[in-house]
Amino acid sequence: MSFIRRNIKMVLWTELVDGLALTLRYMFRKKVTINYPFERGPLSPRFRGEHALRRYANGEERCIACKLCEAICPAQAITIEAEPRDDGSRRTTRYDIDMLKCIYCGLCEEACPVDAIVEGPNFEYSTETREELMYDKDKLLANGDRWETELAERLRMDADYR
Amino acid sequence: MPKLTINGMEIEVEPGLTVLQACELAGIEIPRFCYHERLSVAGNCRMCLVHMERAPKPVASCAMPVGEGMVIETDTPEVRKMRKGVMEFLLINHPLDCPICDQGGECDLQDQAMGYGTDRGRYLENKRAVKDKNLGPLIKTIMTRCIHCTRCIRFATEVAGVQELGATGRGENMEVGTYVEKALTSELSGNMIDLCPVGALTSKPYAFTARPWELKKTESIDVLDAVGCNIRVDTRGAEVMRILPRINEDVNEEWISDKTRFACDGLGRQRLDQPYVRRDGKLEPATWDEAFAAIADKVKASAPKKIAAIAGDMACAESMMALKDLMTGLGTPHIDCRQDGTKLDASSRSGYLFNSTIAGIGGADALLLIGTNPRIEAPVLNARIRKRSIRGGFQVAAVGGVEEGADLTYDYEHLGADTGVLHSLSEGKHPFAKVLKKTDKAMLVIGQGALTGPDGGKVLGLARAIAESCGMVNKGAWNGFNVLHTAAARVGGLDLGFLPGRDGYDVEGMLSAAESGKLDMVYLLGADEIDMSRLGSAFVVYQGHHGDAGAHRADVVLPGAAYTEKNSTFVNTEGRVQRTHLAAFPPGEAREDWTIVRALSDVLGHTLAYNDLSEVRGRLVEANPIFLSLDEATPAAWGDFGEQGRLGGGTVGSTAIDNFYMTDPISRASATMARCTETRSGGQQDKTGTDG
Repeated sequence: MSFIRRNIKMVLWTELVDGLALTLRYMFRKKVTINYPFERGPLSPRFRGEHALRRYANGEERCIACKLCEAICPAQAITIEAEPRDDGSRRTTRYDIDMLKCIYCGLCEEACPVDAIVEGPNFEYSTETREELMYDKDKLLANGDRWETELAERLRMDADYR
Repeated sequence: MPKLTINGMEIEVEPGLTVLQACELAGIEIPRFCYHERLSVAGNCRMCLVHMERAPKPVASCAMPVGEGMVIETDTPEVRKMRKGVMEFLLINHPLDCPICDQGGECDLQDQAMGYGTDRGRYLENKRAVKDKNLGPLIKTIMTRCIHCTRCIRFATEVAGVQELGATGRGENMEVGTYVEKALTSELSGNMIDLCPVGALTSKPYAFTARPWELKKTESIDVLDAVGCNIRVDTRGAEVMRILPRINEDVNEEWISDKTRFACDGLGRQRLDQPYVRRDGKLEPATWDEAFAAIADKVKASAPKKIAAIAGDMACAESMMALKDLMTGLGTPHIDCRQDGTKLDASSRSGYLFNSTIAGIGGADALLLIGTNPRIEAPVLNARIRKRSIRGGFQVAAVGGVEEGADLTYDYEHLGADTGVLHSLSEGKHPFAKVLKKTDKAMLVIGQGALTGPDGGKVLGLARAIAESCGMVNKGAWNGFNVLHTAAARVGGLDLGFLPGRDGYDVEGMLSAAESGKLDMVYLLGADEIDMSRLGSAFVVYQGHHGDAGAHRADVVLPGAAYTEKNSTFVNTEGRVQRTHLAAFPPGEAREDWTIVRALSDVLGHTLAYNDLSEVRGRLVEANPIFLSLDEATPAAWGDFGEQGRLGGGTVGSTAIDNFYMTDPISRASATMARCTETRSGGQQDKTGTDG
């Protein structure tokens, strides 16, 4: 019985027609590929990309040199040095992240009591040399200034779940 | 011996203990903030509450003496609830600023809130804020964090002996402070930082620089005074971040002086990190080979008897041994370790030791101070004297050393500074001699100030006569004759016989010989306290770690290691052999001191017979078996020492130290110590033109 059925399918090209019908159906569907970099896919507010050091609205840097991120970093990518600033407040004199060591686990972000160090939405920061990926405090603060609108929005969206 | 039941466990303890101590003996941890073993009981934090059978309310275990048949419960739901309540009250006004608090990571309140507190607060009102106090250049205050345990107040009053801290206001308005703003005048004030269970008192020089978890901890010995305090050196990388005390009941209990604690920033400044050779009157960087060659040329050109060596105040036993062997090999008898010119006598070990031991002060009945101010020469030892003094029945008198009316933190009688007093004491005519004779365990402490000068030997002999005539010695195991040293290296040097040989010059002799051109070469092993201008035209080799007086005068500078940078042996004033351990490596080209002498001996053709540390230490034991008994104060046999003869009038020398904060190259290089000096002198220090 199965022998007869198989021969009928072969003679009538049903499988071929099925396949071509599927192709035809997809031809009229919406495309899933996008034209990167001119088009981009959606990113979760929890996406862990390039790091940034944020500031308060008045321009004061948030980081208070508590060194919790340095302590929790499993890759030991963060180096911090601190001393009292002229006004007596606790600030870093050095905040380095070795982006080559970083494993993008996001623990620094979670450890930070003042939301200073965050992993932003940016993932397009490839460089030609390794040295360029040794981030210092200026670079991280510049990142923070550049991405602040998005960083603040992401934190707001995720606030209920933290 | 009362028997009590703690958590169903029967335990018998000494009468007079508190319930908290009994619980500790039973191995049960009781949380506490205000209670401290070495301070009086305050009972005001209420954290140590436990349940006691037949008591209407929970009792504060730190203040409750043990009684027969007590039944104590420390881990019932009721007790846990009480602790949670107390913790919640303590946290009501405590700011949640742990991330910016220097105590974070080593905070009692943080730890105990984790262990005994709740995970959320219910207090939504405004917290209390308190103005910070200025307690000087060492202690930073953030008084909002204070939980009013009063440990600092009790420490200042009881241990340090300065009635400068107190509490004003009551209840929520209570504030700890000095009332009138002033810097603390205690030499032990840094210990309040350790005592403070929260971050209200923190170290000012260490502020915000490191976290406890980043530090490498090395157990070591302090060498800035001769007490040999046990310390812990905390390093990050190659930098010494801070120094903390280690508990040693026989030496420093758990206190250290401010110099010990805060002079560590001097270890990073003014360091010699490469050899220098003087060419055309200017010190120029050189290699080790060039420096050694320059020395070898000079040694070959001069007669052995024209070479001399002086060991400084912080030289370790290993380097002194190596230098002594080298000098003996070269054939010179001119070596001396007493750079302050004291007439200490190494013929009998008891003649230069603190024979009663530091812990022995607690058992003494009367004390005579001769030419010493223990408060600035050895603050930790002074705290022991004070501890004994406040127990009562302890008469103290001072001959010279301190000015009349100077505050030693305990009551004493000033007998004047005239040498005649010593004579009348030794002849038993002086009223205080009767006091000394009457008591069982009398002791005398003679300072370095009394032993300098040409009459030093006679003063030493006279002190021995006083000790013998007043019956301080040979009563069972008691020996009441004590020499209080100010240099960590001194006893080690005397033990090794780093002293002039036959026809050898002592330091004074070397200086006058160098002045008149009778010495060709002087080797300074970290010796900075001598008068460099008297070295004349001698070729000076300076081996040490700081660019201080010696290095400025030197013709060749050999960079050595400081005490935190080498494994070395020191003998404290009691004759206790203790070892430092390497916490950080010496900077640049600098090397451990004995290895420098060993390498130089090779170049000079008198190769020393040891190649590693254990062999040097073997040589130390060979030179003096005392180096075999580590961390022990070995009693020394009484013997003849000092010079006989009457003193020709005059006064007993004053204390050997004029500025407590700056006594050696490390503390002189320290910015913190400079600030302390300025504060203490009221800003009256002479300033150079470059200031401000």
